[in-house]
Amino acid sequence: MDSAASAARPATGLAIEARGLNLWYGKFQALRDVNLQIRRGIVTALIGPSGCGKSTFLRSCNRINERLGYVSTTGTIQVLGHDIYGPDVSPIQVRRQIGMVFQRPNPLPLSIRDNILFGMRIHREEALHRAEADAIVEKSLREVLLWDRVKDRLSKKATTLSLEEQQKLCIARLLPLRPEVLLMDEPCSALDPEATRAVEDLIWDLRGNYSILIVTHNMAQARRASDECVFMLLGRVIEHSRTEDMFVTPQKTETADYIEGRFG
Amino acid sequence: MSAQDSTFLKTEHEEKSLRQQKLVRMFLMFMTAMLVLPVLGILSVIVARGAPGMSLEFLTEPPRANMTAGGISFALIGTVWLTAVALLLALPLGVSAAIYLSEYARDNWLTRLINIAIVNLAGVPSIVHALFGVGAFVHFLHFGKSILAASCTLAVMTLPVVIVATRESLQAVPQPFREACWSLGATRWQTIWRVVLPNSGSGILTGVILCVSRAVGETAPIMFTGAVLYAPFSPEGVFDQSMALSTHLYNVSTQIPNVPPGLPFSVALTLIGVVLAMNATAITFRMRLRGRKKW
Repeated sequence: MDSAASAARPATGLAIEARGLNLWYGKFQALRDVNLQIRRGIVTALIGPSGCGKSTFLRSCNRINERLGYVSTTGTIQVLGHDIYGPDVSPIQVRRQIGMVFQRPNPLPLSIRDNILFGMRIHREEALHRAEADAIVEKSLREVLLWDRVKDRLSKKATTLSLEEQQKLCIARLLPLRPEVLLMDEPCSALDPEATRAVEDLIWDLRGNYSILIVTHNMAQARRASDECVFMLLGRVIEHSRTEDMFVTPQKTETADYIEGRFG
Repeated sequence: MSAQDSTFLKTEHEEKSLRQQKLVRMFLMFMTAMLVLPVLGILSVIVARGAPGMSLEFLTEPPRANMTAGGISFALIGTVWLTAVALLLALPLGVSAAIYLSEYARDNWLTRLINIAIVNLAGVPSIVHALFGVGAFVHFLHFGKSILAASCTLAVMTLPVVIVATRESLQAVPQPFREACWSLGATRWQTIWRVVLPNSGSGILTGVILCVSRAVGETAPIMFTGAVLYAPFSPEGVFDQSMALSTHLYNVSTQIPNVPPGLPFSVALTLIGVVLAMNATAITFRMRLRGRKKW
């Protein structure tokens, strides 16, 4: 089913499309009439000062916000052309097919191998065959350039890895579920500069095969590691353009002010 | 006076503050040391007076001569029965409730009501639990005076301990692990079963220990519901009545004439020994489990 679906997906088009999205945490409105079109196969960076709603938007795209229990939403988000807030949609399937990477690397307190297989194990009835499992582990770890570093210690606890390796593992464990879209919430903010560079490079490598939406506080990172950039302020989208355009010729004064560090 | 000389030198006011702080420190230390006294006192008296009467026969033989001689085997076995059945009842109930409260329940009036109920249940005096046990289990549910009725009473009494300890250990599992699971599309139960429970075992075990050591020593709740002054046999099922260490201690100390003076202390020593042995086992387990935990 998975492979048929991915074959049928068009090569171009939109990964995520938000229309008239409003979101409240209790009485506080965190998103105001957000309209966004995130293109497929590229890296889109969400930037803006703290509290501008960029993480909230990201967390709406796989409906993980709902776990908080006091969130209400109006408007729609379509992912790959399907309304993820539609009446028949299962949030579990949404989360399964849209990967998420968090600010602090959060590998599960299991072995490296079990972390990679975790997603598959919770989503299928029958047990994984040993050989099949081994192949999946190797493929996923190779894709995030971790295989050669950890192949001899797959049964070690994932929490013993370095932060950089942990974050790469967190990306790798999404891959067996064949996500089309990856959401990343400041994936490098807990890492040192060298590890940041390594994870950034990885994200850049994954682009093309995956549509990546990444929230970042780091202007330099947005500039060097994204194709398009979205600037948000106070729950609204202020500007959305190609990254080089935004940093060279921002259209709005707020964008220019933020990029040049006058607030934020 | 030039500022140069006195910049980093002690002032008179400071001397006074320092003296005061030393005094307070000594006072607090003294009060803390006082804590140890009752523990040492109790232990040394019981060991000094109880140890001479201790022997393998004392633990393994039934009482003789109207309980003024012989051993305490029936009471020891009875206590094991009572505690084990109480644990079998309290553990599934308490752990399930704790999982619900910690992982599923939203913060609303019902949850708050349940939490208040748990706190109050913990505050109910044990003699009140005993009366409740007589009414609910002995008479209303027709368990009669039996191990089952007594263990049910003990279970009700120890439930809050199990619930609170379990809930706290569940909440000690970092939230990012749950988020990681949810973001992969795991249900709450899959998250609990695969990640939360395996990492809160040591805390749940602590709850069990606390529950057990409290149940072992309780007297009032079992006195009216299942423990007897003397039973000429060790229990064979949950509907039997039984002797128990705690009530036996009460009886040989106050109810039975002509008991040799050392006997109650030997019973007390056994009781304390059982509790300490259980705590020690559990602490060992707990440290093993915790040693494996790294995040």
